[in-house]
Amino acid sequence: MTNHMLPKPFWKGIREAPLEAIRETLSEALSVKSAITVLVAAIVLSSVFSAYLTPYDPTAIDLDSVKSGPSVKHPFGTDSKGRDILSRVLYGGRLSLGVSLLASITSLVIGLSMGLTAGYFSSRPGKLAWVDTAIMALVDLTLSFPSLLLSIGISVLLPPGALTVIVAISLVGWASFTRLIRGEVLKIREALYVYAARSIGATHYRIVVYHILPQCLSIGKAMIGIKFGSYILTEASLSFLGLGPQPPSPSWGNMISENRAYILTDPWMVIFPGLAIAVTILAFNIVGDIYRQNYGIEGGMKG
Amino acid sequence: MSVAYFLLKKTLVLALLLIGVTGLAFVVLKTLPGDPATGLLGQHAEESDVRRISEELGTKKPVLVQYAGYLRLLGKGEMGRSYYTKRRVATEIGKKLPNTLRLAVAASIVAALAGIAVGLICGFHAGALPDKLLYVVSLAGLSMPVFWSGLLLMLFFSLKLHLLPPSGTGGIVFLILPAITLSLPTLSTVARITRASVIEAMDMPFVRVLRAKGLRDNRIMFVHALSNALIPVVTIVGLDFGSFLNGAVLTETIFGWDGIGRFIVEGVLKRDYPVIIGCILTGTVIFVFINALVDVLYNFIDPRIRVTSGK
Repeated sequence: MTNHMLPKPFWKGIREAPLEAIRETLSEALSVKSAITVLVAAIVLSSVFSAYLTPYDPTAIDLDSVKSGPSVKHPFGTDSKGRDILSRVLYGGRLSLGVSLLASITSLVIGLSMGLTAGYFSSRPGKLAWVDTAIMALVDLTLSFPSLLLSIGISVLLPPGALTVIVAISLVGWASFTRLIRGEVLKIREALYVYAARSIGATHYRIVVYHILPQCLSIGKAMIGIKFGSYILTEASLSFLGLGPQPPSPSWGNMISENRAYILTDPWMVIFPGLAIAVTILAFNIVGDIYRQNYGIEGGMKG
Repeated sequence: MSVAYFLLKKTLVLALLLIGVTGLAFVVLKTLPGDPATGLLGQHAEESDVRRISEELGTKKPVLVQYAGYLRLLGKGEMGRSYYTKRRVATEIGKKLPNTLRLAVAASIVAALAGIAVGLICGFHAGALPDKLLYVVSLAGLSMPVFWSGLLLMLFFSLKLHLLPPSGTGGIVFLILPAITLSLPTLSTVARITRASVIEAMDMPFVRVLRAKGLRDNRIMFVHALSNALIPVVTIVGLDFGSFLNGAVLTETIFGWDGIGRFIVEGVLKRDYPVIIGCILTGTVIFVFINALVDVLYNFIDPRIRVTSGK
């Protein structure tokens, strides 16, 4: 990591071989990682500060400029009610990223508590080995569903909205977190310092929370990086199906489903929100790829 | 520990799964504030009408009685009737499922063939321009939501070029666009995996020996590198059959394809619970079945992997 955090100063070696040095610096600056860092930062910042970046209210109806194509005034055009699509895309991004972030944190928290419990009590001669069996049965159960169908099944039970999407994604997503963290715990609990802690009489709670949990955090965070792209996709899909945030509040998914009918006459209404989803997922998929390589975690780009 | 034992175990797990899931769904549905009869008749319906409809739908009986009734129906191969159309859900699914399977099979074929072709090209020219270009394209394929790429394909091929019908269910011309749309994410994964295994295979000693013996590149590529790449490809296509069920929900909605994906979306929009539960159950059964099938297929393709060794 440190290598990428501290790029070589661009003037270094410039006296000996100026062209070579410039080329090297440029290619370093243009490497996939730095490009992705910039892209992700741009997406996150533009979403977080959407309220300051947009001259228009994303829900303000302006009947004088209905269905106008991309222009200087409205770079992404306007929709059938004259609302500025750029503003709606930025606000939609805030919603999509926020929902996906909360969903992945919830998945991580559930996955940590379940995975720590299951892993710690796994194949213990004591009375608690059934806890592991029960939790892993639940994990297998969850993973034996097609994920989007399960999310749909959960969402229809709740009133449509952002919270529902978070619940639906987390109740599906916790399973892969749990499986990963349980595997990690199985390795960590054999470490000498865990035996040492037990030998001086530390309680189960203390061993799990103070000695094992901190070791699982980094791989848990990496898993968020890997899963984030797919969570954005699920959020967009559920919104597209009308189970997410309801109009007029903009989300990328509901913008596409709302404007589907205008695909032939005013395609920009559909193209820009979709482009936002695709670019965002692309950026986070590459981030996930990098995490996957660094941590040697298999699978995860989809589902 | 034979294949038969493995299949028996899977079937048992599946049966338990179905009982558990339907039970959970019933308990949750029962604790919901809304009442299907009120939903059907609207807020201002007469008290007597609501009571009559509830009686008809059987939603006022105790949960356990309803659940036992549903399980008995499932045993008879039934899934109840839609709240709205009053048609049998099982019959409807029986009519729509072949369409979905047709779409999924077409998408699998597209994904496997095109993915392997792209992967072979990239793997043999690793690091060259076509490889880099195709890598970016494949990442894009993985990142585009199918409901967007589908709309773009529809815009371009049917609405601008008038080559293919934009939507509807029918013969091969109706199948092309939805199948391509549905295959895109899997196609990209297959291409990436094939590329990786081709690169891996090209580094193996036996390929170097073949080269040294003067075998043509084409033969090395299609016979030796390809057979090495097939194992992971079967896995991916098999596992992604499940994601085809996910994708079908969106693709069928976009293209008006009359399969169970669109059926469940219609059910969701109307909160038609028998339809939703029926579709999810059917989807899960297929998903579990296909996964088991892929596990068994491994045995034949790669004797090194044993079904019973677990995941």
